[in-house]
Amino acid sequence: MRAAAQDGTRRTSWRRRSVLPGFSLTMGYTLAYLSLIVLIPLAALAIRSASLGWTEFWAIATDPRIVASLQLSFGAAILAAVVNTVFGVIVAWVLVRYRFPGRRWLDAAVDLPFALPTAVAGIALATLYAPNGPFGAFLEGVFGLKVGFTSLGVVLALIFVGMPFVVRTVQPVLEEIDRETEEVSATLGAGRLRTVTRVIMPGLLPAILTGFALSFARGVGEYGSVIFIANNLPFQSEIAPLLIVIKLEEHNYAGATAIATIMLVISFAMLFVINLLQAWSRKWFGHD
Amino acid sequence: MRGGLIVLAAALALGACGGAASNEVTLLNVSYDPTRELYEEFNAAFSANYKTPDGKTVKISMSHGGSGKQARTVIDGIDAQVVTLALQNDIDVIARESGKIPADWRTRLPGNASPYTSTIVFMVRKGNPKAIRDWTDLARPGVSVVTPNPKTSGGARWNYLAAWGYGARQFGGDEAKIREFVASIYRNVAKLDSGARGATTTFTNQGTGDVLITWENEAFYTLTELEQGAFELIYPSLSIKAEPPVAVVAGNARKDGQLQAAEDYLRYLYAPDGQRIVARHFYRPIDPSAADPADLARFHEIEMLSIDDPIFGGWDQAQPKHFDAGGLFDQIYQPAR
Amino acid sequence: MTEARANTVKNNKPRQAIGEGPRTRFALIAVALVFLALMLIAPLVVVFFEAFSRGLGVYIDALAMPDTMSALQLTLLVAAIAVPANLVFGVAASWAIAKFDFKGKSFLLTLIDLPFAVSPVVSGLVFVLLFGANSVLGPWLADMGIQVLFAVPGIVIATIFITFPFVARELIPLMQQQGSSEEEAAVSLGAGGWRTFFLVTLPNVKWGLLYGVLLCNARAMGEFGAVSVVSGHIRGQTNTLPLHIEILYNDNKAAAAFAVASLLAMLALLTLAVKTMLEARFAGSLAAQRRH
Repeated sequence: MRAAAQDGTRRTSWRRRSVLPGFSLTMGYTLAYLSLIVLIPLAALAIRSASLGWTEFWAIATDPRIVASLQLSFGAAILAAVVNTVFGVIVAWVLVRYRFPGRRWLDAAVDLPFALPTAVAGIALATLYAPNGPFGAFLEGVFGLKVGFTSLGVVLALIFVGMPFVVRTVQPVLEEIDRETEEVSATLGAGRLRTVTRVIMPGLLPAILTGFALSFARGVGEYGSVIFIANNLPFQSEIAPLLIVIKLEEHNYAGATAIATIMLVISFAMLFVINLLQAWSRKWFGHD
Repeated sequence: MRGGLIVLAAALALGACGGAASNEVTLLNVSYDPTRELYEEFNAAFSANYKTPDGKTVKISMSHGGSGKQARTVIDGIDAQVVTLALQNDIDVIARESGKIPADWRTRLPGNASPYTSTIVFMVRKGNPKAIRDWTDLARPGVSVVTPNPKTSGGARWNYLAAWGYGARQFGGDEAKIREFVASIYRNVAKLDSGARGATTTFTNQGTGDVLITWENEAFYTLTELEQGAFELIYPSLSIKAEPPVAVVAGNARKDGQLQAAEDYLRYLYAPDGQRIVARHFYRPIDPSAADPADLARFHEIEMLSIDDPIFGGWDQAQPKHFDAGGLFDQIYQPAR
Repeated sequence: MTEARANTVKNNKPRQAIGEGPRTRFALIAVALVFLALMLIAPLVVVFFEAFSRGLGVYIDALAMPDTMSALQLTLLVAAIAVPANLVFGVAASWAIAKFDFKGKSFLLTLIDLPFAVSPVVSGLVFVLLFGANSVLGPWLADMGIQVLFAVPGIVIATIFITFPFVARELIPLMQQQGSSEEEAAVSLGAGGWRTFFLVTLPNVKWGLLYGVLLCNARAMGEFGAVSVVSGHIRGQTNTLPLHIEILYNDNKAAAAFAVASLLAMLALLTLAVKTMLEARFAGSLAAQRRH
């Protein structure tokens, strides 16, 4: 909602004047704090990266071990985001549409990955899926599936941290959906499945995509919950953030900075995409 | 700006608050991964028995982590007055890149600045179900090995070099065969932890792997303090003499009395009391005369190569050849496509 | 069709005739429950189970350990600085963004979201580059006797960076949705800026504010990746609770690690409980925000 127009309003060069006071104070503080805490530190990274020079940067960026770690981080994050999308939509649907005992508890529980520190999640998951842990032993015994200390473990950890994003993005949209359209569709003879896929899902699509993107973005950079369960074998199961830490610990600042910059660029791109998606959804569907 | 300035002021105040009470000298000892128990007891003994020339007591803080990682932390500016790391190269790097340690640090204390030594052994599960006796068994298909990452852990580098030494013995000077041998051991690795203690945890607590390659002191610690009866220690036929060195970081000893206290702290490691504590924590003291004979009886005689053996050529050759970026360790994990 | 229209009011039981069949419904609920149980509840259960697995004595010893106490102190200190700092920022930023019109607003919003998009390890790396011995600031500050990196200030600053957007992201959409008509009315009646803010704006956003503070606090206390890079791991001095947990775990003291972890898990549960209570009672005020 925009500020109500008042008489004598002029657009100055870049902002509309308002009756309310405090713009320069709050804006000034905002910009100063933002620069101090966020922009200057990130600039340090950009400057250090730039000082590498393009050829060296490219050489580092195409180093097979780094490429492998980026592949793992992004691959695992995509896989986890897909799983989260599928189950997230189901969970959101169930929470919004159905009533059953314990629904409120479940709704609260969905936010657990937001509230639980990543290190706590990390050791819990590692213990759970270790060869001698309850799930790990079960999976290995019954399915022959090694989870702990493999890339599969990484995916599981990322599923945990990314799970609330899809649910929380889809839920409000689902709540706002006008049931009338569904009813019309049913009255006109469409089966339930058809109604769901042709009528409801398209309306949910921006929210689903946003949730997917958020879950993915979170998974790519995740460190704390993954390092306990990953087995960190170079070229096979090293996630990119771990490789940054290893490069740092080897005094290889150039390598660490290069990987960090690549990840940053991709993260910004994701952020951009997410904002676009949300703007699109606001435009076509009137809500976030 | 007000809030931001308040925050900044608070942060700076906290930083400045690092100063100790005026009748106390504080030292920070940056050490490698498995030495926690050793320095817990040693620091208590030192603090209790020592006063500076002007009568102050000394309070010591510890930081532990993989040796390479800790070296980086010192280079990056952590306010450490003493380093007690896993191998000579890590301290050399600090001396070279930060200038805070004099280049001749090795000659300033006896035994090439190593008050204790250790070696590399295997730990297996009770009963040794996979019949692991020597290095060749580690290369067998189907054997799962746990060892830390040489890039961050000092112990991991000693592990690697011990394996290399054995390979050199087996295959003469044929470096291609030695490489293949060491590579086959590393292909059996289940998990690369960042430090020796982390690897021990993975092996004992998480039930991963059939054999753990580790420091002798770490193996004894696990057997006696942790899981009595669940594991066995196996001595291979050939190992390496691991010399974890210590040094004063003179460049960081700027407060009153710190330099003297730091030097006395390290010298105490060589004193009878220090050597007794060292032996009690399963390290081989360089002066066994003061140690409890029962502690010494634990150690087996084992043939040990030295890092200065021509196979390795000292750390100056071994570090770049094996462990630097693009070195032989990096090449092991290149996927064979 | 009036019957149908009446039944589209939200929060009514959905009509059976246009819902899924009971079997589909049951299957979907089962799938959701099993998924949540396996992925969410199981890890939580493991924390408490392992924490008490060696008995109550070990549990209490772990918590009473001096290193745990100092880790707890450090964690509380860091949160006590980071949360208010970001709270003040969040309020200021949302006032500027929600109550005024200017160009570049969405760009500013993206900038505010930046720390959210950055991996925690990268966040830590950034401060190593800024304050390390190879930087410009590091040696200069060290000469003045001020240690930032590998000391408490570094941990505080890294945590402020990580939790930077939390309060702002909650308040901005909320205040945007509420608009500025009430504030303008107050001003036109003669109230000054501060009075308007405290008496008009703040009461409207207080639940969103509280919610943002909750999330910010949970993250500040639980941050691991960034703090791990800048900490130095000095026992008893620069280890926060999450780092302390990692140390205990890697030191082969799993029960103790989980004991300390259970503290943070209980904090998480408390956060969730308060959040649920807030949402149940003040759903309307919170409705504007749902973009995490």
